[in-house]
Amino acid sequence: MAADKAPAVNAAGPAVKPPPGAFAAFFRDFSENRAALVGLILLGVLVFIAVFANFLAPYGPSEQFRDFVRVPPMWAEGGTSAFPLGTDEVGRDMLSRLMYGARLSLFIGIAVVIASMFAGIALGLVAAFAPGWPSIIIMRAMDVILSVPSLLLAIVIVAIIGPSLTNTIVAITIVYLPNYVRLVRASALSEKSRDYVIAARVAGAGTLRIMFLTVLPNCMAPIIVQAALTISNAILEAAALGFLGLGAQPPSPEWGAMLASAREFLQSASWIVTEPGLAILITVLSINLVGDGLRDALDPKMRRS
Amino acid sequence: MFGFIIRRTLLVIPTFLAIAFLTFVAIRLVPGDPIEVRTGERGISAARLAEFRHELGLDQPVWKQFLDYLWQIGHGDLGTSISTHAPVLQEFLTLFPATIELALCAMIFAVVLGIPAGVIAATRRGTFIDYSVMGVALTGFSMPIFWWGLLLILLFSVQLDLTPVSGRIDLLYYFDPVTGFMLIDSLLSGQDGAFLSALSHLILPTIVLGTIPLATIARMTRSTMLEVLGEDYVRTARAKGLSPFRVVGIHALRNALIPVVTVIGLQVGTLMAGAVLTEYIFSWPGIGTWLIESIQRRDYPVLQGGILLISGIVILINILVDVLYGVLNPRIRHGR
Repeated sequence: MAADKAPAVNAAGPAVKPPPGAFAAFFRDFSENRAALVGLILLGVLVFIAVFANFLAPYGPSEQFRDFVRVPPMWAEGGTSAFPLGTDEVGRDMLSRLMYGARLSLFIGIAVVIASMFAGIALGLVAAFAPGWPSIIIMRAMDVILSVPSLLLAIVIVAIIGPSLTNTIVAITIVYLPNYVRLVRASALSEKSRDYVIAARVAGAGTLRIMFLTVLPNCMAPIIVQAALTISNAILEAAALGFLGLGAQPPSPEWGAMLASAREFLQSASWIVTEPGLAILITVLSINLVGDGLRDALDPKMRRS
Repeated sequence: MFGFIIRRTLLVIPTFLAIAFLTFVAIRLVPGDPIEVRTGERGISAARLAEFRHELGLDQPVWKQFLDYLWQIGHGDLGTSISTHAPVLQEFLTLFPATIELALCAMIFAVVLGIPAGVIAATRRGTFIDYSVMGVALTGFSMPIFWWGLLLILLFSVQLDLTPVSGRIDLLYYFDPVTGFMLIDSLLSGQDGAFLSALSHLILPTIVLGTIPLATIARMTRSTMLEVLGEDYVRTARAKGLSPFRVVGIHALRNALIPVVTVIGLQVGTLMAGAVLTEYIFSWPGIGTWLIESIQRRDYPVLQGGILLISGIVILINILVDVLYGVLNPRIRHGR
């Protein structure tokens, strides 16, 4: 077998440098955008912290030090290096809670993206390939979801199924579903009439094969960009729900829930309020930087140069 | 054009009915009984319970309740709040001006700052100014606004003591609402300092609610402006020797604004959602606070009516944006 392949390689000519692969070209475009690279590095650090929170965090997220209630961060007057970012209203280490909180927030973001992306791809492809009532029902249902403002819809869903971390994920998944369905349907419809799809059909490919193996890979670029946007929005909305007391419940170190219980200490212990919010901002910002970079690299029309 | 508006409006009816149906069904699934909430934890007699259930129509079959509900909606009756006994529509109309006032101010803030920021970034593309403006815009876009509100309160109200923390106007002033808009009513009242008090109460909520639309509009304006600046007619305008201000401000901006108008329209949903958080932080007596409280009190009719009215408004504004889009860009209209 090896002997069969060798001449083929020679025939291509060793002098001609092969064009960069799709991924290499993508990465070259992506890393040209310095802001996106910074975002990627920040995000990498956050993911690292989230994954290894139980090794990195100095204390447990719910461990209370009753003698160290509302200790300011180490750089402020009265701070101690034992609690670098200070302690909260019941003497829990802020740094440890923020680290465990990173785990929760990123988990929410990723869970929402995976759930809404898979459901959205399935529904969007069905809507594109089954014109008639399945398409009409799916698209009308999406219109209904879209006409209720996102956070309000999430609030109503959570109010019905009860406030918890899991239900937060369910609610936000439903809120973001229409974006994927519309996106997938629109790009699948435009790909559907292309020659390569007709060729595949003539070659005897079944509808399912055409949907998932022929058309879907060619619709992925906008879906990936949408996914980056969804992660950051999902993290923001989950934090907002937590803040309103409708998301993750205390003593969970979810950043929004941390902010909710800290509100009354705005004057006396402002770090309890500023730190979780800053954590949310940095996380969302780094994901958005990566998202912008992805969009520029994947969508030639939006490219800066 | 007229046919386009009619068609666009008719399409909305099934969506609206579906929302009415879903809120109706969903609200029935909420755990906890409204009567329990109303009577507190004391046990009440079975006869009294049945009386309450009959009074609230909860003893009817669910489909009958829904048809009754639709019938009522058709007559402008959105039910009565279980906790305050006031008609839902009346409560909504009393509180809605507060939300509109806040949302309008936020939108004006976002448009007035966002469009110039985007234009400046686009015309100075690749410079330090461009990167700074876009950096700030992306930060605003990523902002958890409830935290942003707390930060602004901490800085301006607590540390600098410049702005009030909550409410719409100082308790010193009282006058009957005429328009429901505090800025206008305070002027009409003729009381010294009332307008300034109302204005100072509005500043922080406006900034908080306007931040994300501002960032979105600035980003959108920049990218459409960049596209338009590369067009032939802009080069022609420049070649004719028109001043850069005229080229950018009149020739390019007018076309660049078409997609921006859509984005502004789409921000209405974002504004309504943001209003919930903003009102909650600043104890602003508007629709957002009202809805959050209705959830806590399990006030079915308020939640139902509130969501229905807000969705209705969002849908109407989207139609308006579509129509406006058709006016601005005749190709859309004739393309259909």
